[in-house]
Amino acid sequence: MIAFDNVAYSYGGGELLSDVSLSLAPGSFHFLTGPSGSGKSTLLKLCYAELLPTAGQISIFDRDARGLSRDDVARVRRRIGVVHQDCQFLDHLPVATNVTLPLAVTRRETSAEDLKDLLAWVGLSHLAGAMPPELSGGERQRAAVARAVIMSPDVLLADEPTGNLDWEMSVRLLTLLVELNRMGKTIVIATHDMNLIRTAKSQVAARVLRIKDRRVQLAGADL
Amino acid sequence: MIRSILADMTPDPAADRVVPPTGHTAWLTQFTAGVMAFLAVFALALSMAAGRLADRWEDALARTATIRISAPEDQMQVQTEAVLALLTTTPGIAEARALTDDEQRALLAPWFGPDLPLDELPIPRLIELTEEGEGYDSEGLRQRLAAEAPGAILDDHDRWRRPLAIAAGRLQALGLGAVVLILAATGAVISLAAKASLASNDQVIRVLRQIGARDTYIARAFVRRFTLRALSGAAAGTLAGLVVLWLMPSGGDAAGFLTGLGFEGFGWLWAWTLPLLSAAIAFAATRATAFAKLGTMR
Repeated sequence: MIAFDNVAYSYGGGELLSDVSLSLAPGSFHFLTGPSGSGKSTLLKLCYAELLPTAGQISIFDRDARGLSRDDVARVRRRIGVVHQDCQFLDHLPVATNVTLPLAVTRRETSAEDLKDLLAWVGLSHLAGAMPPELSGGERQRAAVARAVIMSPDVLLADEPTGNLDWEMSVRLLTLLVELNRMGKTIVIATHDMNLIRTAKSQVAARVLRIKDRRVQLAGADL
Repeated sequence: MIRSILADMTPDPAADRVVPPTGHTAWLTQFTAGVMAFLAVFALALSMAAGRLADRWEDALARTATIRISAPEDQMQVQTEAVLALLTTTPGIAEARALTDDEQRALLAPWFGPDLPLDELPIPRLIELTEEGEGYDSEGLRQRLAAEAPGAILDDHDRWRRPLAIAAGRLQALGLGAVVLILAATGAVISLAAKASLASNDQVIRVLRQIGARDTYIARAFVRRFTLRALSGAAAGTLAGLVVLWLMPSGGDAAGFLTGLGFEGFGWLWAWTLPLLSAAIAFAATRATAFAKLGTMR
């Protein structure tokens, strides 16, 4: 689905990622870990063409990222759901509208029944009409997951999704992501929370990619 | 192209809601478009009034000419009759008549007073002629006058008409130039407002790009908003300008240039092109600004 071939990315004169080669197979579950500033977010941004590599090649759904037009980038992103640590909602719109925004921008109808099911799945049925600033950290993250999956994407990328959550809420969010993986979605979670990775061990066959010295290494065997 | 414009302007409440209301920017844009349209109405009225004035002068002066006969007193009557006879056989002349003493006295009265002793002064005799159809051949007439009445000089008003026509033409161009400048200023102001709006909604735009919105979808939300603001503001400004022009005193029969400032006939319709032009300029300016902004992000 997404493949890196000897990818490097430089920023401000310094190389942040170097010689990165990896492949995200359909239905796989990956953790991306490493210290703060190691390039986890950058690697995720390369996955959805927010950034372009300064060297090497990235293939997204069998297309060279550099060859994508702006409309192609938009189409690619409809197949890649992204959950950010800060969620990035439009604060002037209610939760339900934020969740259905990916459908609205592609002029697709929103099924009220589907939305109801989706909000129930993430446990936010009672907050459909609430405004994003009214939500707690965990509620925001679950709403962000709902928005990321409403287009039924092939890949879901989560950048430090549990960074602002307590442990109970982190596990609840992890469970949602594992459920998505069982539905066949490819999942990549960038996190430096080793406890979260260990907890996932009991639920899913995940691989851990560690960024160290600008390079991505496979950290041990499958968890 | 037209399909794209129609698509950009098709109401889409869901897409419009995506961009938060911008408060002051909204009514400032409308106010600016309104003021600009108000000024443009006057500039356009000035231009059209100057055009009418030029036409009037052109027409009034072009259709008449004067022959001035300066001859010794004993030859004056003979030459006058010779010229009148010559004019009756000249194609393109509808009427020719010699001005009476009273008429000549009235013409000179503003400079010499009403008690001018016309009989005692060597005043030239004036013959007024009026053209018809395509008019007469002025050069041919001059040659015939030189041959048959050596004291007669044709004045076809060209030396008066030309500078007047040039002045009126320049005034007309100045009015149109002012309209163009006002519309350009409208475009610049709306472009700046759109730029500010896009900058303040940077995060919204990033989120929309992130979830797969195409540039056209994002741009349309801004383009529709600014185009409709410019249209409504300019329509109000145009209406206000037309009302003020309508209320201006007409000046009756003695209407001068300033009291003749306004529109006539289809000219009133021309004024209503200003809101449409403002909207078109806002459309183009916002679209260009939006795509320039979107081009800076992936």
